Parts: sequence; structure tokens; C-alpha cells
Amino acid sequence: MRPKRRLTLKPDAVLHRAEGAVVVDLSGDWSAPNAHECEAEAAQVLAGVKERAAVTLNARGVARLDTLGAWVLSRLVHDLGEQGAPATITVTQPAHKILFEEVRYRPLPESHRTRQFLVPDMLADIGKVMVDAMKDLVNGIAFLGSFIAGCINVIMGRSRFRFASLVAQLERVGLRSVPIIVLISMLVGGIIAQQSVFQLQSFGTVSFVADLLGVLVLRELAVLLTSIMIAGRTGSSFTAELGSMKMREEIDALRTMGLDPIEILVVPRIVALLIGLPLLTFISSMAGLFGGGVVAMLYGGVSPEVFLSRLQNAIGINTFVVGMVKAPFMALVIGVIACIEGFAVSGSAESLGARTTASVVKSIFMVIVVDGLFAMFFASIRY
Amino acid sequence: MVVTEASTGDVARRAQVDAVIRVHDLEVRFGEKIILNGLNLDVRRGEILGFVGASGGGKSVLMRTILGLATKKRGKILVFDKDLDTLSVRRREAVERRWGVLFQHGALFSSQTVRQNIQMPMREYLTMSERLFDEMAALKIELVGLKPDAADKYPSELSGGMIKRAALARALALDPEILFLDEPTSGLDPIGAQEFDDLIATLQRTLGLTVFMVTHDLDSLSGVCDRIAALADGKVIAEGPIETMMASQHPWLRAYFHGSRARRGSLETGHFRSSLRRDD
Ligand SMILES: Nc1ncnc2c1ncn2[C@@H]1O[C@H](COP(=O)(O)OP(=O)(O)O)[C@@H](O)[C@H]1O
Ligand SMILES: [Mg+2]
Repeated sequence: MRPKRRLTLKPDAVLHRAEGAVVVDLSGDWSAPNAHECEAEAAQVLAGVKERAAVTLNARGVARLDTLGAWVLSRLVHDLGEQGAPATITVTQPAHKILFEEVRYRPLPESHRTRQFLVPDMLADIGKVMVDAMKDLVNGIAFLGSFIAGCINVIMGRSRFRFASLVAQLERVGLRSVPIIVLISMLVGGIIAQQSVFQLQSFGTVSFVADLLGVLVLRELAVLLTSIMIAGRTGSSFTAELGSMKMREEIDALRTMGLDPIEILVVPRIVALLIGLPLLTFISSMAGLFGGGVVAMLYGGVSPEVFLSRLQNAIGINTFVVGMVKAPFMALVIGVIACIEGFAVSGSAESLGARTTASVVKSIFMVIVVDGLFAMFFASIRY
Repeated sequence: MVVTEASTGDVARRAQVDAVIRVHDLEVRFGEKIILNGLNLDVRRGEILGFVGASGGGKSVLMRTILGLATKKRGKILVFDKDLDTLSVRRREAVERRWGVLFQHGALFSSQTVRQNIQMPMREYLTMSERLFDEMAALKIELVGLKPDAADKYPSELSGGMIKRAALARALALDPEILFLDEPTSGLDPIGAQEFDDLIATLQRTLGLTVFMVTHDLDSLSGVCDRIAALADGKVIAEGPIETMMASQHPWLRAYFHGSRARRGSLETGHFRSSLRRDD
């Protein structure tokens, strides 16, 4: 229940008729907590005065009056006038007098409420989404261009390389992600090994679990798991950081100092991702194989010697390379999307949240699309 | 039903003044750093109290502590003679409805338009027709001197002065009895600041508001404030009308009120900016 202030008197309006004139005696609190009653009383008076006669609103008995009460009453005066019953308010308290002067009725600008139409709005939304997707693509390419230009500036020595910043980012992107990535990769490796052992048992070829695991983890799983984790963990924080800097005009401040936000904020972050993601992918591969190996031994009874020799047989250097080659591309996709979304934050807290979500969703989606493209590419060159 | 809270010894001692806010022996600290140290202050009903003090001295902290946003280590705060710490949630809300706050940086909700910002507390607490909601918002917008087209703008589309005004409109949404203002005129041009002061003075007279105003604006202090309280070393070192402040021998107050800024301004020439406060 909403708290109601005690000790407030209900507003009241009583109509008297005397010698062709109408007098309305007002009493009680005409104030915000009684908003509903104020409106109701005023409407009653308006409905009660049917004749075309002079009306006097006697506000001497009003206990409390605030802007809301004064507004409702002066609106009543106006509405009575429209009805053909010229009305006046008599006030004695000086404070009320000033209030009525401040809050005299005047037509206020209408609020613009946009009307909604279901079908046209839906069509418009679909169109907008398509246009936005195209814009995203163009933006992405433009941003990639300015990132590369920033890198070239740094390489050519035209601007300072921010080593400290890179190391700090690398620690956040790389080092601090290690535990969670190791944990998840081990678990997923273990689960896959368990499923493989379970299925292979019926063929009596349990030791083939190493083949399955090796190919799956090295080619696909390690890089996908790592990229998705990093998109959620690091991409979102890039977007939130850059976005809140944008909101507080920190990015504008950099620009006015003649500093390029791309070089200062974006290059270290994306370069850190470019270095960190392959390393994490490698760690993830090893952890996945380890987790799978442990499960194969405990659950499938495959001894480590057998597991390792089968693994050696099953995978070549190409299996490993296919996984690792993808990592920097994933880093680029995640970094570029995160930074674009960060810079696209506008003034409101809501937009920061929306952009952060968009950053994660788009990164994960693009990571999977890129992985699919690579799969097609490697299949066609038979690597 | 008559609502009176148990009086404390402190209240009895200072009962002769009709104070809506009483702060007694307040201590606030962040970690080991003591910000307020045994602060006493009364804000009287219907007055405009100007609160001055060095930047970083703890003015905002005092305001936040009175509002219950910062926790105190020691001391007692009574608002409308009620100790907010001991009130039930519902009674606390009832008190909170009776004050309006203008934060130093506006604190407008960034995802809502100015109109929605103003209507937000109204919609929470009041029932009235949609038409009246819109009219009240438009009225408050006009009252604080914003153009009508500001109503549908988002806070990020407003200038600093407009943010202050919009935030004041929101603070006034429920026609409060106490108005807390944290540096309301900082960042306004002198004309805007003058208008703001006049507005506060008018509102104070018409609505019988009590105003607690943190300010550095010497013109506001001399123009609209009934009393001034000065904060230094975590305590109120002086309290009284502008003349008391001017006459004080405390080195910080001397520097504040007799420094070159004060001399250049209107303080010493006697041309006070506003004559609105002369009551009829
Ligand atoms: N949440 C907080 N945590 C730690 N210190 C704070 C916090 N809020 C304020 N302070 C410190 O309290 C002191 C007073 O701050 P404040 O009241 O904002 O100053 P001002 O008088 O300018 O309004 C400052 O030194 C500030 O650093
Ligand atoms: Mg402050």
C-alpha cells in the first residue's frame, strides 16, 4: 500500500446559490497528496454549475494549498469561463495569493505522444534492422581501417607505443582468464571423452577416444570455447569501459588534447586480444586434452601410454595449426565489435546496457560465423 | 491521529526554535578519514539556510547523511522531529515524500525524458488523471524557467544549466516541504544564477519551503539566504546572517568573505543582488 500522510484534510467544495450568483466554499487541503480528490471536487463543481451566472470560488477556508491545488482551482476558473460562467477566486492568505499568481492557468504545450500502429511499426522495425545490419558492416570495415591505420602509426614510430597499457590489458585479457578457461576446457574435454568412451564401448574400440578428442579439441573446441568466453568476459568489459568513458566525455577530452582515442584506447586492447587469444587457445587445447585423457583413463580404462600414442597417430601438425590460425581472427572480430559498440554508447545508462549486450551477442554470433567460414575453407583446400 | 515522536534531551534544550532538521553531534568517516566531527546544526522552518565550506570539506556528505544516503558513526538527526533511524519503512517513506533533493550533478535518470523524470515521483505516490500528470509536469517545467520543448529531451541533450533546472523541477514534483540544494547555481551564468535564486525565493515564500542550500555563490548567500552556516574541520564554525559572517574573525571565514572575489562582487558595496526577500 502507498503511504498516505496522516493529518491531511480532504479537499471539499460546497455550492451555494444566492441572488443569481453562485458561491463555492472551498475547504480542506488542496495539495498533492490529495490529487485525486482535488480533481474530483473540481469536476463536480464544473458539472454542478449549469447556469450562466457569475461564480465566486471562496478559498478563505483552504488549509493547505500547493502548486497542484492552485493549478486545479485556476483550471476550474478557466473551465467555468469556457462554460459561460465567469468565475473569480477570493483569497485572503498572502501566500495563497502569490501562489495563484505564479500558477495561473494558461494552456500548456501538449505532450507529443506518438501513436502506434501494429503492422506498419513491425514492417518499419524489420526495415530498420536490415539497414542497421548494413550500417554495422560498413562501420566495422571503417573501424578496422582506422585500427590498422593506428597500428601503422605506432609501427612507423609516428606515435608512441603504449607498452604499459598493453601489458595491463594483456594481464586482464590473458592472465586473469586462464583459470576459468582451463576449468571449462577440462570439463568439456572430460565430457566429450566420457561420451566417446560410452559410444565406442559397443565397438570395442575405446582407445579411439584419443582420435576423436584430439581432432575435436584441437581443430574446433578450444578456439570456440576460448573465443566465446573472451567475448563474454573481455568484450563486454571493453564495451562498458569505452562506453562509460564516452558518456562522461572522457573520449572528447582525449580528442581535444590532440590524442587519437583509437591509438590510446583501441590499439592496446585489440593488440592484447591478438596476443592473448592464441595463447589462451593453446592453453585451452592442452587443458581439454588433459581433461579428456583423465576421463579416458578413469572411465574408459585407457592407460596414458595408449592414449598418448594414439593421439600421436591421430593428429598431425595441421590439426593443431587449423585451430591456432583461427585465434587471431577471432580476436580481431571480438575486439572490433566490442570497441565499435563502446563508441556507439550515447548519453543514457540504458544505452550502455544495450550496447554491452549487443557487443556480446554480436561477437559470439560472428565468432561462430567465422568458424564456419574457416571450416569451409579448410575443407576445400583439404587441410 | 497526532504524530509526535519521543523528544530527546537535545530537542528539549533547543525547543525554543522551530527546527525542521536538527543535527546533533554528528560524526561521519570514510575508513580512517574523519569528514564530519561533532557537527551540530538546526535548520528552522521556512528559512533558506546557506551552507558554505571548503571544496571537499564535507558539505555534500552532510546532505547525504541527513538524507540517509551515507551512514553516520555517531550522532542524531531529526527531520520533522522524527529520528529516521528508528522509523518503520512506511513512515520513512512518508518523510521522504516531504523533501525534494537537487543533487550536485543533477542525477536525472538518463534513460527518461525531462517530463518522465518529473512525473516519476508523481506516478509513484499520487493518483490523478493523465491530463493532470502532463499539466503538472509542464507547469513545473515552466516554473523552473525551462522552455517547453525541453520536456521531451533526454538529459544527455541538455546543457549544464538546463540539467540543474530540470533536476529542480523533479525535486519540486511532489511540492515538498524541505528542499535540499547542492550547489544549485554552480555552472550557471550570472543571469541564470540570479533567476534561479529569485525562483528559490519565490517558491520559498509561496510554498513555505524550508531550503537547505549548499552554495559557493556569494550573491546567493547575500541575496536569498536568511542564515548562513559555515563548515570547517568537520564542524559548523559559525552560524547566522551574512553580517555575522562578515564580522567573524575566523581566518577561513575572513578569507572567504573578504577575499578578492568577495570584494569584486556585491558583498562589500552593499548592492545586494536581490531585494525579493524583503517580506511584505
Ligand atoms: N563515498 C566516499 N568514499 C570516500 N570518501 C568520500 C566519499 N564521499 C566523499 N568522500 C570524501 O569526503 C570529503 C568531503 O566530500 P564532499 O562532501 O563531497 O565535499 P564538498 O564539501 O565539496 O561537497 C572529500 O574529501 C571526499 O574525498
Ligand atoms: Mg559537494
